[in-house]
Parts: sequence; structure tokens; C-alpha cells
Amino acid sequence: MLRLERRPLPSARMRLLAPLIAALLMFVTGFAVFALLGKDPLAACAVFFVKPLTSLYGLGELLVKTAPLLLCAIGLAIGFRANVWNIGAEGQLTIGALAGTGVALAFGDTESHWILPAMLIAGVLGGMAWAAIPALLRTRFRTSEILTSLMLVYIAQMLLAYLVHGPWRDPDGFNFPQSRMFNDWELLPILVDGTRINLGIVFALLLAGLSWLFTDKTHAGYRLQVAGLAPAAAAYAGFSEKRNVWLALLISGATAGLAGIGEVAGPIGQLQTTVSPGYGFAAIIVAFVGRLNAFGIVLAALLMSLLYLGGEQAQIDLGLPSAITGLFQGLLLFYLLAMDAFVNYRLRRVVRAPAASGAAA
Amino acid sequence: MSVETLIAMLASTTAAATPLIFAALGELVTERAGVLNLGVEGTMLVGAIAGFAVGLTTGSLTLGYLAAALAGVLMALIFAVLTLQLQTNQVATGLALTLFGVGLSAFLGKSFAGQPIAGLPHLSIPLLSDIPVLGPLLFRFDILVYASIALYVAVQWFLSRTRGGLLLRAVGESPAVAHAIGHPVQRVRYAAVLFGGACSGIAGAYLSTALTPMWVEGLSAGRGWIALALVVFATWKPLRVLAGAYLFGGVTVLQLYAQGFGLHVPSEFLSMLPYAATVVVLVLICRDRQTILLNQPASLGKPFHPEL
Amino acid sequence: MSPPRLALHGITKRYPGVVANDGVGLVVQPGEIHALLGENGAGKSTLMKIVYGVTRPDEGRIEWEGREIRIDSPAQARALGIGMVFQHFSLFETLSVAENIALALDAHEKPAALAPRIRDVSQRYGLPVDPDRLVHSMSVGERQRVEIVRCLLQQPKLLIMDEPTSVLTPQAVQQLFVTLRRLADEGVSILYISHKLDEIRELCDVATVLRGGRPGGQAVPRDESNDSLAQMMIGRELAACSLQPRAPAEIELELTQLTLDSGEPFGVALQGIDLRVRGGEIVGIAGVSGNGQKELLAALSGETRCTARGMVRLAGDPVGHLDPAQRRRRGFGFVPEERLGRGAVPAMSLAQNALLTGAPKGLVRRGFVRMGAARTFARQIIERFAVKCRDELAPANSLSGGNLQKFIVGREILLAPKVLIVAQPTWGVDVGAAQLIRQALIDLRDQGAALLVISEELDELFEISDRIAVLAGGRLSPLREPQATSVAEIGRWMAGGFVGEALDAFIEIEEAADAAA
Repeated sequence: MLRLERRPLPSARMRLLAPLIAALLMFVTGFAVFALLGKDPLAACAVFFVKPLTSLYGLGELLVKTAPLLLCAIGLAIGFRANVWNIGAEGQLTIGALAGTGVALAFGDTESHWILPAMLIAGVLGGMAWAAIPALLRTRFRTSEILTSLMLVYIAQMLLAYLVHGPWRDPDGFNFPQSRMFNDWELLPILVDGTRINLGIVFALLLAGLSWLFTDKTHAGYRLQVAGLAPAAAAYAGFSEKRNVWLALLISGATAGLAGIGEVAGPIGQLQTTVSPGYGFAAIIVAFVGRLNAFGIVLAALLMSLLYLGGEQAQIDLGLPSAITGLFQGLLLFYLLAMDAFVNYRLRRVVRAPAASGAAA
Repeated sequence: MSVETLIAMLASTTAAATPLIFAALGELVTERAGVLNLGVEGTMLVGAIAGFAVGLTTGSLTLGYLAAALAGVLMALIFAVLTLQLQTNQVATGLALTLFGVGLSAFLGKSFAGQPIAGLPHLSIPLLSDIPVLGPLLFRFDILVYASIALYVAVQWFLSRTRGGLLLRAVGESPAVAHAIGHPVQRVRYAAVLFGGACSGIAGAYLSTALTPMWVEGLSAGRGWIALALVVFATWKPLRVLAGAYLFGGVTVLQLYAQGFGLHVPSEFLSMLPYAATVVVLVLICRDRQTILLNQPASLGKPFHPEL
Repeated sequence: MSPPRLALHGITKRYPGVVANDGVGLVVQPGEIHALLGENGAGKSTLMKIVYGVTRPDEGRIEWEGREIRIDSPAQARALGIGMVFQHFSLFETLSVAENIALALDAHEKPAALAPRIRDVSQRYGLPVDPDRLVHSMSVGERQRVEIVRCLLQQPKLLIMDEPTSVLTPQAVQQLFVTLRRLADEGVSILYISHKLDEIRELCDVATVLRGGRPGGQAVPRDESNDSLAQMMIGRELAACSLQPRAPAEIELELTQLTLDSGEPFGVALQGIDLRVRGGEIVGIAGVSGNGQKELLAALSGETRCTARGMVRLAGDPVGHLDPAQRRRRGFGFVPEERLGRGAVPAMSLAQNALLTGAPKGLVRRGFVRMGAARTFARQIIERFAVKCRDELAPANSLSGGNLQKFIVGREILLAPKVLIVAQPTWGVDVGAAQLIRQALIDLRDQGAALLVISEELDELFEISDRIAVLAGGRLSPLREPQATSVAEIGRWMAGGFVGEALDAFIEIEEAADAAA
């Protein structure tokens, strides 16, 4: 019989291995799922996990999708470390896109180098404003930020729908629910010809580095971590809970907002009814799989981006629904959480002690 | 407004409230045992597609609902093994369950999207249903509406009148104490989580086979989260869950009829109503911290394992 | 002669990294009050959990009335006739007395049907208990009565009492002893776990001693002295701290009509607390937990803000409106009751924990953490206060209770506070560490700091305090010098007996103190 037992010290090796084992288990499950669906599992895995990476354009797409995932995830991770559960990054991303678009539309066709920076700043501020609502409600009324931030996702999406169907609809757009196309000077510059790689990934990597500096080296980062690990200790030491909640939510709102404007001013090029295929939610998985650590999150974001590409590829080549991406994402997180348990615990084979039964005399 | 419109509105309110009652009562039982399962939304979606698929392919909605309940139990089982056995963080695991459920249901549902299904039939109780006004108001619903009321009565009775309910509340307050005096904490919590899963599964199936009735990706549209909010709003009391569910059902329905009343607000803003109402209601209830602290199960969300 | 009621032979229980019991034996006769004596961490609780079926031993055998058995669960233990009164009560606060008792009885009875039987037993043994009351509204002493009544309803043959007096006033202890003697006369065996030597000598027929998880011998407590029992328990003599009289200095900490509602549902409101603590003085606050201690600590630390800023003054300046960080900057230091999770972050290293309150020690520069400096500071604490640990990178939760407490007390002392507030300084700490901690507090006093020590251990307060007061029902009693009062008087006050009675004495003492200044 196997029994779970607490390790005397958390296992550092397991901490590193857990995400890798989880990813491996996900691949194995993928293999089984493809077989179950009557596809040649090896070929299907190749289509899903390898084919997207075999062209320059594919590699570019990998980075294009990594950028928003990474941006959202580094912000969320800072909150998660402090037990601030912002799960509304999708909404903050949406508002970021709205705010940035608003700036672009306000300037009309005026050409200026300042418009793009203004759009980006507006996107960041929009995301922060949207995240400020749950922050205010939690610090003022102790309302769970989990539920409020999530409700705000739906509200943000309705707002987006209203704008693209109504006031912001492109008058020359044949009644499609979308804004006008952005002008060149309103778009993030492309970095590599033949791909869609833009400045977004640079922002994302830069911010990932900054987030590492913040969490590992600054006193503010330390205070957030104490609040997450032992809230009573944070109160005892005089680390203000309110300040932590505000900080965590504003940071994650800012990065999600930047991700949002990065999408519309990047690969999409205009405001549409959907600006994200659930990046804000997938980023939750990225944050966990990346171990809430900046370097891990970069790797996890790449993996998650590959899952998106694989899903699209599988739809084209294998006729599988692209929703398979969501399935894999969920599985990955389950496996990770399960493997995580073995950082602090280990399985021990227990032989039932015969002594207690009275066999010894 | 005519009596007919009013009756129709009240009937739609009841229908909209029914899945919320199932999901929220299930979650209430789970939380009263001290376990916070944020996977309601995902579980509902999986229940919705399971109920729809089985109901459509077998032609039996009874089998469909059984499948939905079973799917809910399986989802809850994943959650229970992770949080109760492996001691994973309940918030993270619940989120994972929802993300997984969204993905799984979308994947399984691809081939069922847009297919028609014969919805759950409305009962027409002889004689009673012919009473003017009262008849259509009380006696012409589908069976799940009556089942949701029965579920409320059962949960209320179980929690307040039975030894099992007493034990469940005790475990929710302090699993360590319950363990010390020799109660099977893990078994109680497993049972509570699985019960919650079954309820969420049924709630989901009601969406896809009665309320809509059809399968659309993500058709729960946040109702699982609203159910979670309802439990807080209800301060963990079954009767208030019932009242809250009807309130929210009413808000949902209001949005459908608003246009008819000559209210010229863009439909998107009306669609925001249930979500905005959830936030407002949560704020109102959470302002009174004493009430929350008094009623919230003391061990809610905190890990406990008897041997670790 | 009938067989012993309970006999344990060669019991061994290992946990990862520790052997809690190592070949321990114990024999309890019918009608005997048997003491299980040992200091904190000696393995008493583990042994009792084994007898009560909560944990199972790795080796050894258990005999019950001459038959060899194994006890797999508390339910089975209860079926045999074993009852247990836990140290940290095993009661559910939101349930009524009758519901609590119904849950612990294995025969499934309705709470309502139990009520008459509860009244019956509580009357017979002089343990007044109201079956319909909710536990959260009851005092600690009342809760203990509920636990005892719950055991008695099952007609136990062996009653285990785990440190039952740590939460009682001295008078309540005497009442408890009457009940226990009466039960013993009726043939019930009592296993009495304690580290309080006076009580054991007064009450118990036989004592079995545990030392570091191993058998430490047997004794008849009445024939022993405190010193000889302590010798058996810790292997050496108990040394006491002593306090050299000092001329009182300026008032450092002043509470004026501190009145505060508790934020918690079952909390106690503080009512009009007046207190002055001078530099070079230790003021001890006695009282049973749950009488406002938590609330007073929160009001002092700043975790609860006061309604008027003048309610708390530090060196004359009002600080009642300041948050914990601001108060720390002005020279407040705190040692909380809860070590893991409040005084220290369990999963963080000692170096990171040194940073918890140590930032003013130059561990943070321009918002960036200087980890090297934090490690140096942690090493200083470890050396100065003889903290046993692997090194400064060991996680806090790998330390024993005593060593972690030495680390926390050391950290706060090295921050050189003007006022140090300490809650339960030696609770659950082994004798050696307790000694070191008390001496460290006295040294800080001698350097001129003002100390406020809140403790449940009366002996400790009498040992290290310049003045003692009692907190009961959210009110503070008059302050007395230890020589000018007695355990009996403090005990009466712990039951709330000072309200009204002592108003005159209070004024008199305050005047005397002011005159002395």
C-alpha cells in the first residue's frame, strides 16, 4: 500500500522536474487521445507539436502568440504569489484593446509618431482601470476578487460588442462588426520580414525580466510573497494588505492591458468582436506551469503558444476541432498541480506494522 | 402589462433560476464541508454536453440527465483527488477544473453544435394546471423545476435535521477536531464534493436540454460563477440560495423583456445586467463582514489531511 | 489482584526525522490518578494519541484489562471505555453543547434527546453545563466542563486529561481536582498529563516520566520534591531567573482608556484599559486566553487601529492611529503568540525571516533587498541566542518550537526596541529554551527597555515581572508587585473578581507609582 508522506524538506529537484513531467504526461495523453480518435498518433503528434515549428512563419507565429500569453501571465503570477486571484485578465486585456483603439480612432487619419505610444499607454491604463475595480471592491468591502474580476470579463466583452456594433463600427466596413483598419503608424512595427513578429514580444520579454527583478530582488516583491505564504505574518510585520492587493491587481491589469492593445495594434490591426482566443485565461495556466517564476513563465508561454498553433494545425490537417487546445491546456494544469504535490510530499510504501496487531509477544 | 406577459415572465424567471438552484445548492453543500470548488462553470459545461449528447443519441433525456450527473461526479472526482488527497491549492485546482471543462466540452461538443433536440417536456398536471393564473404559474413546468424545489427541501432537511448534516457542518468548521474525535473527515468531504459535482452536471444539462435547448460552445455564459456568488450572497443558507436564484433569474428575464417595454438601451448593456448585478450583490453582502465571518464555514478553502 | 486497566509495553513511534516515542512503557491501575510527566516535546501527546487510537504505534503492545488489543480509531477507544479531554479543546464553536456531545457519542442520539442526560451528569459531578448553549459563547473553563461531561456520558474506565489546567484559574483547578478525585473513588482511572510539578504532587498517586521520547522512570509524586521531579524530567536542576530591582525610568508605553470592539465574531471587546509601562520594567499580564489578549495585542501592534490616537502612546507621543510598520519605526517590537505563520513565514528561510521585521537593520536599500546583509543578521541571531538549526538558509518550519521562538525573540531584541511586547514567551517551549528566553527578556529590561509580557503561565510572570496585572473579560485589573500579591488574589482576578472591589487599591497604587517616579 502506498501512502503520502510529508518530506522533511521540500524537494528542490522535484520543483524543477514537476513542470517537465507534467508536460510529458500531457504529450502522452495527447498520444492516447489521437489514437482514440482513430488518427495515427505519431503522425498526429507531429502535426500538432512539430509541424508549426518547421517554417519561419510558424516560428514567428509562435512568438506572436507568446507575447500576450507572457504579458498576462507575468502580471498574474505576481498577484498569485501574494494570494491575489485576479482571474479577469481576459477582461483587462479587452479593455486595454478598447482604450488603445479609442486613442487611434480619436486621432482619425492624423499621422504622428506619438499616436502609437499614446495607444500603448492608453491600453496599459485601461487594463489598470479595469483591474482597479476588483482592487477597490476587495480593499473597501472585502469582496472576493475572484468573482468580481471574472464578472468584469463578461461586462468588458459586452462593452466591446457594443462598440464594434455601434459607435466604433467602420462606416466603410460593409456592416461588419469591426473598427476601421489601423494606419501604419498606429501598428506595432514588424521586426522580422516574412513573419508577423512585432515589438510586442520584446515588451513581453523585457517585462518578464523586470518582473524577475521585482519578485526576487525588491522589498516590495518580498512583501507580496510574505502576504501569499503567510498573511498573518505580513500583518504582523506591518505589510499593508491593501497596498499589496492594489499593487498586484494594478500590475496584472497593466500587463494584460498592454497585451490587449498589442493584439489590436499588432496581428489583428483593428478592433473586432473577439480580440483574444482566451489568452487571459490560458495565462493562468502559463503562470502556474511556469511556477510563478519569470523564467519558467517564458518557457510555459512558449509551450502554451505551441498548443494554440497545434490546435489550428490539427484543424487544418486532421479535421480535429481546434478546441482540443483547451483540452490540452486544462490537462497540463491538472498534471502540474498533481506533480506539484510531490515537491512537499512523497509516496512511501507502507508495510502494515504487525506490532500493533499484537503478533509480537 | 398584461397578465399573460406577467405570467410568461414569471415562468421564464423560474426556468432561468432552476439551473442556478441546482449548481448553487450543490456548491453550498461542498462549501459547508469546508471545500471551495471553483470548478462549477467547467463542470456545468461538461454536464451540459454530456446530457445533450446522451439525450440526443439515445433519445432519452432521463439517460441524458444521468449521464450529466455522472459527468459532474467525474469532474468533481478529479478535483477531490487533487485537493483532498494530494493537498493541492483549492483555488488553483478549481480554476483548472473550469478551464479543463471549457476545453473538454468545446472539444466533445463540436459535432453536436447546432443540432436540434426535443427539450424537456412541460408537465401539465391534470386539473391543477387548468386553474386560471395559478395553473400556468405553478403547475405547468418541467420536472426539473419541481426537482429543484425538492432538492432545496432535501438539502435544508439534511443540514439542519440529520446527524450526517451535523457532521458535515462540523467538518466544515474544523476538520482537525472532527478527525481528533474520530470522524472520517476525508469521506465526508469526498461525498460533499461529489454531490456538488452531480448537481452542477444536472444544472448544465438543464441549460442544454431545457432552457436553450441546444448545444452552443460555452453556453453556460458565467452561470457557474454566478452560482458561486449566490452561495456567498446566501451566506451559506439554502433558503437564501433559493431566493437569490429567483432574483437572478428575474434579472436575466428582465433583459429579454426590456425591449418590449419600450426601453431603448443597447442590448449589450442589458446583457451586462446579470454580471453587474452579481458584482453589486456581492459588494452589498460583503460589506457586512460580521455576517460573512459568522456564516462562512471556518475551514473553507484550507487544506487538511488526517495523516500529513 | 485484578489486572491493570491499561498497560503499554515498548511503544515506539517514529515520524520523518524524529522518534517521538522510543520503547515507552506505562501501567495504570483501576481508580488510580496517574501522572504522565515530561517537558514539552518529550512525547507525551504522541503516547496519548496512540492510546486514544488517533495514531498507531510502529512497535510495541497495548494491554487493556489484561487483554492484548490494538486500538485503530477513537471510536474503538471510546467503545473500550477510554475518554479524552484534549488540551486544545475538540469542540465545534458554531454548534451547541448538545450537538457537540451528540457528535462524539457513537450511539446515534438526537441532540435534543441528550439534553436531560447532560444535565444529569453535570449535576452529579458538579460540572454545570447548559446543553443548549453555543460553544463560542462559553469561557475556556466552561468548554473544558463540556469536554469532561462528554467523556463522562460514556461511562469511561480511563479518562485522559491533556494539560487540563493550563487554561484554568487557580480556583477552577481546585474544583477540577475535586471532580477528578471523586471519579477516581468511583473506580475510574485517570491519566493526567502535565508539566506542572505542584499540581502533580498534589493530585497524583503515581507518575511516569518521559524524557526526550524515552522512559525516564517512575515515582510517587507525594514523596518527591519539585526539584527531584524536575531532575527526573529534564536530567538537571531547574534554575530560576532573578530580577534585580531597578529605579523606574520614564514612561515608555501608555494606554489611556483603551476601548475597542473586537473585529472577530466571537471576540472580546476591550474596556477602558489604563496602563503605564516604564523603561527598565517588565509588566506581566496574566489571565486565561480568550479574555481580550488577542484584541489587546492587536491594538498594541497596530493590526487593529484605535478609535482615538491618544489611546496608545509611545514615549508620550500618540500612536493609536499608526499602522504596525509605523509603530515599529518608532521603537515598538513584538513577539506574537503564534510562531509559525505569524512570527515567522514557515516556508521561508531564517535569513528571509530575519528580513520580516529586520528591514530597519539596513537589510533594504533603495527598495532592493540586501540578501547578504539579511544572512549576516540571521547568523547573528542564531549565534547570540543559541538557535539550533542547519544554517541561516534552513526553512523556519524545520526548527523545533523552542528554537524558532529563540530566533523570533532574538530578532526582535536585536532590533533594540524601546518597547517590547511579548505574548506567551515560552508556551510549548522546552525548559532550556524557556530559561534562555526569560533571561534575554530580563537583560533587555536591564538595558532600559519597557516590556509587556502576556502569559498564561502564572509562575513565569511571578518570576520575571516587576508588576503584574490580570486581563479578564476585556478589562485590566490593578497592577501589583509580585511580592505584594499572591496566586490566590491573581486567581480571583482572573475570574473577573477585581471589578469594583479594587478601584480604591488601584488609585492608591497609581499614586504610589507616580510618587516614586
